[in-house]
Amino acid sequence: MIRQFTFIIILFFFGYAKSNAFEYSGYLGVESLGFLNDPLDANQHHHYLSTVAEIELYHEWDKGSQSIAFVPFYRYSQHDNQRTHFDIRELTWLKAAENWELRLGFRKVFWGVSEAQHLVDIINQSDLVENADTEDKLGQPMINLAIIQPWGTLDLFFLTGFRERTFTGKEGRLRSFPEISVGDARYEKKGIEKHLAFALRWSHSLGDWDLGLSHFYGMSREPSLIIDSKVGELKLIPYYEMIHQTGLDLQVTKGSWLWKMEAIIRSGQGKTFFADTIGFEYTLYNLFEIGLDVGMVAEYLYDSRGDNAPTTTEDDFLAGIRFSLNDIQSTEILAGVIFDRRSNEKFYNIEASRRLGDDFKIEVEARFFRGASANDISYFLRKDNHIRAALSYHF
Amino acid sequence: MNYFLFIIIINLFPTSVFAQTAQEKGLEIVKEVDKRDTGFSDTQAKLEMVLKNRGGNESRRSLKMKTLEIIGDGDKSLIIFNTPRDIKGTAFLSFTHALVPDDQWLYLPALKRVKRISSSNKSGPFLGSEYSFEDLTSFEITRYNYLYLKDEVVDGIDCFIIEMRPNYEYSGYTRQIGWIDKTRYLIIKAEYYDRKDSLLKTQLFKNYKQYLEKYWRASEQLMSNHQNGKSTELLWEDYTFGVGLIERDFDKNTLKRAR
Repeated sequence: MIRQFTFIIILFFFGYAKSNAFEYSGYLGVESLGFLNDPLDANQHHHYLSTVAEIELYHEWDKGSQSIAFVPFYRYSQHDNQRTHFDIRELTWLKAAENWELRLGFRKVFWGVSEAQHLVDIINQSDLVENADTEDKLGQPMINLAIIQPWGTLDLFFLTGFRERTFTGKEGRLRSFPEISVGDARYEKKGIEKHLAFALRWSHSLGDWDLGLSHFYGMSREPSLIIDSKVGELKLIPYYEMIHQTGLDLQVTKGSWLWKMEAIIRSGQGKTFFADTIGFEYTLYNLFEIGLDVGMVAEYLYDSRGDNAPTTTEDDFLAGIRFSLNDIQSTEILAGVIFDRRSNEKFYNIEASRRLGDDFKIEVEARFFRGASANDISYFLRKDNHIRAALSYHF
Repeated sequence: MNYFLFIIIINLFPTSVFAQTAQEKGLEIVKEVDKRDTGFSDTQAKLEMVLKNRGGNESRRSLKMKTLEIIGDGDKSLIIFNTPRDIKGTAFLSFTHALVPDDQWLYLPALKRVKRISSSNKSGPFLGSEYSFEDLTSFEITRYNYLYLKDEVVDGIDCFIIEMRPNYEYSGYTRQIGWIDKTRYLIIKAEYYDRKDSLLKTQLFKNYKQYLEKYWRASEQLMSNHQNGKSTELLWEDYTFGVGLIERDFDKNTLKRAR
């Protein structure tokens, strides 16, 4: 149903785009996702090919103070039926005035400053099948009013429509054991209460301080996972609870140093807990006068639930290094390791990207999981070391 | 003449009557350049960057640039990237300050993330070009010490030659040499000397056009790097003055929807 609806919208937009000043842009891509080890489950595969398309249609009028944007997204993945998915990343009408901005529709909002994890960022649901790094998001329907004053920006959000987190399918990799049964998700509240959420955020820049203070009330974007055994078949069921979450994000920019902090307090999901990320990024610019920037990132990740936390980063450090060549092809390399302070659990991540010609881009990502013991959450990823390579054409 | 009267007489005459130092003359010329460009209020323009490597291969970037003049402080500027396509929608917001470090933010459209970035990156290349960040930020008198060197005729234009030494941190230059048109008070040519004081780059400003019958802008700029053989050309189009931009057009909210 939603697909047919979207298809009609796309046709409408293309028809309209021909006659009016619609701008279009986007990308088409192919991706190879290869795993280095044999899978834990015989249903899983060694290699997955996929294709992806994202198009943006944009139109503005009223001297740019009103605009409409439509961004449909589609990925087809070999083997993994959950990763093959469609989403409306954005379908927004925007009106901007001198002291306020109003946005209606599906869109993505990002809050935060840190690199290792995004604690404060809560408006959108993570599109986890796209990438396990939680940086891909599903479009969130909302009404958002930003009040812009000399004392800062106050964003009010009325979120209309809950989106379930996406998880890899039975044949996909980077998944839990037993698998997560997405279709059987349960909710603390039903009906309209399940779908509505409220949030507000105050943000401001004061000299070299950039800070944000936010509060969210609604269905948690991050589900608890409960074990369910139906007719002898063990399954993990996502359970979404109503939560309150207060967040703080802060960055202090002093010369080549960026000092960062994110902290949250969440209640409603078991015992009230606290989590934070604190750290810095220090960059050496134009090293050897060849345009090379080398940035060093260090962060400490904490979760007051300790070993009971449903995350792998409850008492961990991130150490990372970023190389930006600042060449014509915008070559960048980012390498990092997240390691547990007390156990041997380690997660290595290397990402590199480069433009090819004017319109193509290649990205390579290698991720390795090491040292997880049987009681660590990342234990089920121990065979999922992988290399992802993606080539995209931008237009 | 008694001594007291002598002092009064000295002070009655402008300093130029007496031997003006090269520093004073340099500063005076630059002040005149700055004065003649004051009051433009705001501008908007399209910019095409043509990057050429030693072999002559070309790569292009198209950008849009908006500037708001702030009297008593540095200007505010917003640069929006249109091509290369993979970075379309990326936007760079900068508040220049005369004495304290600039404030800079970058908007990354794929993540919808506004990132405060360090303004210590002065000498690094902008978008892979031969222009560094410090070449593109708004000019502030207090950022340099000046020295008038001599007069010279360049392409038939009578010029002052001035040496400028940056007194801000992280500059990639020991000094710049500027050729300034004596009648219009415009920069015609500039040379940039690296940290080892060897000639790094030369920039030519061409095809000046006058707007609002007062403000001059070069339609073409060419930066040639003598050390790596690369060059970058800036081609300006659709220069508009008095667009009616206000501070609100240069904030973090606007950055997220800049086109």
